[in-house]
Amino acid sequence: MWTFAFKRLLSGAVTIWFIATATFFAMHAVPGDPLTRDKAMSPAVRAQLEQRYGLDKPLVTQYRLFLGNMLKGDFGISFTQENRRVNDIIREHFPVSAMLGITALLIAFIGAVAAGSIAAQFRGQWPDRLLMMAVVAAISVPGFVIAAVAQLLIVQLNNRLGQPLIPVAGWGGFSHLWVPALVLGLGTMAYLSRLMRASMLEVTNSEYILAARAKGAYGWRLFWSHQLRNALLPVVTELGPAIAALTTGGFVVELIFAIPGLGRYFVQAVQQLDYTVIMGTTVFYGAFLVIMVVAVDIAYGLIDPRIRYSRGR
Amino acid sequence: MKSHWGQRPSPFLIFFVAIFCGALFFAHSPYAQAQAVDAQTSRITLSLATEPPTLNSAQATDTIANFLLSHLMEGLLRYGQDGSLQGGVAERWELTETGARFWLRKNARWSDGKPVTADDFVFAWRYALKPETASQYAFILYPLRNAEAINRGELPVENLGVRAVGAHELRVEFEKPCPYFLGLTAFMSYMPLREDMVQRWQRAYAADADKLLYNGPYIMSEWIHGASIRLRRNPNYWGRNEVAIAEIDLPYFTADTSAQFNLFRDKRIALASLDSGQLDKAVEQGFDIHQFQTGALFFLEFNFRKGRITANKSFRKALQALLDPSILVNKILGMPGVLPAYSLFPTTVTGPIRSTGEASYFRDQFPVRRVTANLDQARDYLERAKKELGITAFPPLHLLVGDSPRALQEAEYYQYVLKRGLGLELRIDQQIFKQRLEKMRRGDFDIVAAAWGPDYDDIMTFADLFSSWNDNNRGRYNSPHYDALVSQAANTADPKLRFQAMAELQELVVEDVPILPTYESASLYVQHPQLRGVRRSIFGGDPNFRDAWIALPEGKR
Repeated sequence: MWTFAFKRLLSGAVTIWFIATATFFAMHAVPGDPLTRDKAMSPAVRAQLEQRYGLDKPLVTQYRLFLGNMLKGDFGISFTQENRRVNDIIREHFPVSAMLGITALLIAFIGAVAAGSIAAQFRGQWPDRLLMMAVVAAISVPGFVIAAVAQLLIVQLNNRLGQPLIPVAGWGGFSHLWVPALVLGLGTMAYLSRLMRASMLEVTNSEYILAARAKGAYGWRLFWSHQLRNALLPVVTELGPAIAALTTGGFVVELIFAIPGLGRYFVQAVQQLDYTVIMGTTVFYGAFLVIMVVAVDIAYGLIDPRIRYSRGR
Repeated sequence: MKSHWGQRPSPFLIFFVAIFCGALFFAHSPYAQAQAVDAQTSRITLSLATEPPTLNSAQATDTIANFLLSHLMEGLLRYGQDGSLQGGVAERWELTETGARFWLRKNARWSDGKPVTADDFVFAWRYALKPETASQYAFILYPLRNAEAINRGELPVENLGVRAVGAHELRVEFEKPCPYFLGLTAFMSYMPLREDMVQRWQRAYAADADKLLYNGPYIMSEWIHGASIRLRRNPNYWGRNEVAIAEIDLPYFTADTSAQFNLFRDKRIALASLDSGQLDKAVEQGFDIHQFQTGALFFLEFNFRKGRITANKSFRKALQALLDPSILVNKILGMPGVLPAYSLFPTTVTGPIRSTGEASYFRDQFPVRRVTANLDQARDYLERAKKELGITAFPPLHLLVGDSPRALQEAEYYQYVLKRGLGLELRIDQQIFKQRLEKMRRGDFDIVAAAWGPDYDDIMTFADLFSSWNDNNRGRYNSPHYDALVSQAANTADPKLRFQAMAELQELVVEDVPILPTYESASLYVQHPQLRGVRRSIFGGDPNFRDAWIALPEGKR
């Protein structure tokens, strides 16, 4: 077990190094640099700024310095937020994205398990068709459309009621959280629903369910103890990548609902060529994704001994 | 029933039910959300497009910082309610051809209670010009004597043409005549800085609400990075009795205009700018639509580098004769308030001061010659260009544009008109912000859709744009005649001579076509009906709430 975990972690570290290196050189290959502004800068000012940020050094030296600082966990100072350290940006804004992402995942997971199970139970009947239609819609409509529509609906609802029931945007308590989380989680929910439905159907048609039926299990008992638990396994496997995707993919939702998450910094940094923030957020998110995948692998190994034995040997 | 549920409830079931109940509970928990306008506490709530990159007034360059600093700090002068210059820290002043003198009010104070002195200005201006500060707006201080040399590191800062005479008098010497200097002193780069604070925090100066001092009408009582900012009336401000709004809350940071509009409709924010997407909805909802001219000029800039077809004058004149800015504005852009442009100088540029003392507009006194669109003439010019260049057909031209939907719409219009009218192929090169700027800098374009917003309230901010020494002249237009006219205006304080040179320059731009002006932009917005006296303006930070107030709701009078 431990060798298995160690190997996974090692390959994870190599992945992160690869992500960092590829991003670093790709970013520097893009025309322009963080100091490019709409008003031309005098050569003297430019030279000062290049020196301040170390951009005057050869690229390989910059890369070496970056790697050294990265190992120390220091990503430097942002170009667009001129007085802020990238570490502070990540520390202050990631928890917001994480909270949004985890809530989105909870909603998605619960919704998907319920929808997938119902669809499977009523296979081919109208609840199944209706749910699967909703699933296709949720997958194909882009997030920014869903977010904008949801916000518009809130405005209309509040106007109708004459008093604010749900906040239109902003960040604060749970009341600010759940609509953006629902919007963010919808795509994942749809995807997981399909997975859950397929898995449920497979389980329902398996021989051990037939055996359980033969022994007199039926209704809720059959569902809870025999079908659901077995059908959940493939869905659980997807949770690792899903949580990473949700905590990192909230840019549009964060923008529209004015949520101070890290996703905005991640995307804006690329647009603004804010080198230090690009590197900081990319490496951080990369590491987060890798760790989540490794964690799920290990957890999966714990849940299902077959996996541990086949991979661990 | 019992057998259906099994002997004990499944942990899964408990988990689901708990989560569901929790969600319902929290979803319906009451939340405190401020109204857009609160007359009782005299508080307003607004949104902000993004976090300001920095609040160090010597280094700030963007409109968000300008908006915040115009509330948090105050320069020698400030722009008043009607757009005229009024006393800020200075209560009296005197402007001559060679310099200026300012007498500071004795009751101007920093937020820690200490008086604002002439030394705070001397320090701030020297600091902004020091090469190590790397201020991108350093050039705006160049009218001060020796400023440019200091900024290039050729002279020590002590040689700057400004000195404090006692605590309350400031004497300024000019490098060249600067009739617009008073307006400059309202700009953020000219705002005072307290040396002890800047020295104490160094690079962290102005990074947090408690790491800078305020001398303006407001102080920043809270700054949660990336999330919210709160401004409160400054109890130490000399004019605190003139400031009606006690608190400005900025709890929403979003650049999305539809989100801003939704917040406005939900009565969460008092002001929201509109783009064409929200305009129809706003009209439909019966909101009053306000507008103001932003003062920015949009234009097509030609590339004059060697080997570019656009360096040929006949070719540029062909495009000038072909394109009609009014069609672009009325049929394509469709935004009220946006004006077709015909001159290098927008209609908002102020002209010579009339004998009555009030500023007038340049264009009112010096109308521009308009070239009417004429397809035959355009074709003639194109034929001439062909002969001059010695080619039989034109290669495709590259039009560099930004990545906004509006920019693309505009580019497609040009593409269509050029193809249809002159049979020219236009390739649209759409680039995101920084990449476009980099391509402009490198000259990687034939034509670029560019824009210029004025830095200060004088015609020179547009006039010197295409002089050969200006780094912002991306097309490398190089005309001795143009340069001479700019120098002529820059070296005289005589308003008559200055504006005659500028009138000649305006005609030169029509004749030689270094650029094709396309439109003057405008900003549309909706505003809470109870909020009054908000100043929207080109200069001095926009919008400005120093003199705004909250009226009683209609019908409650």
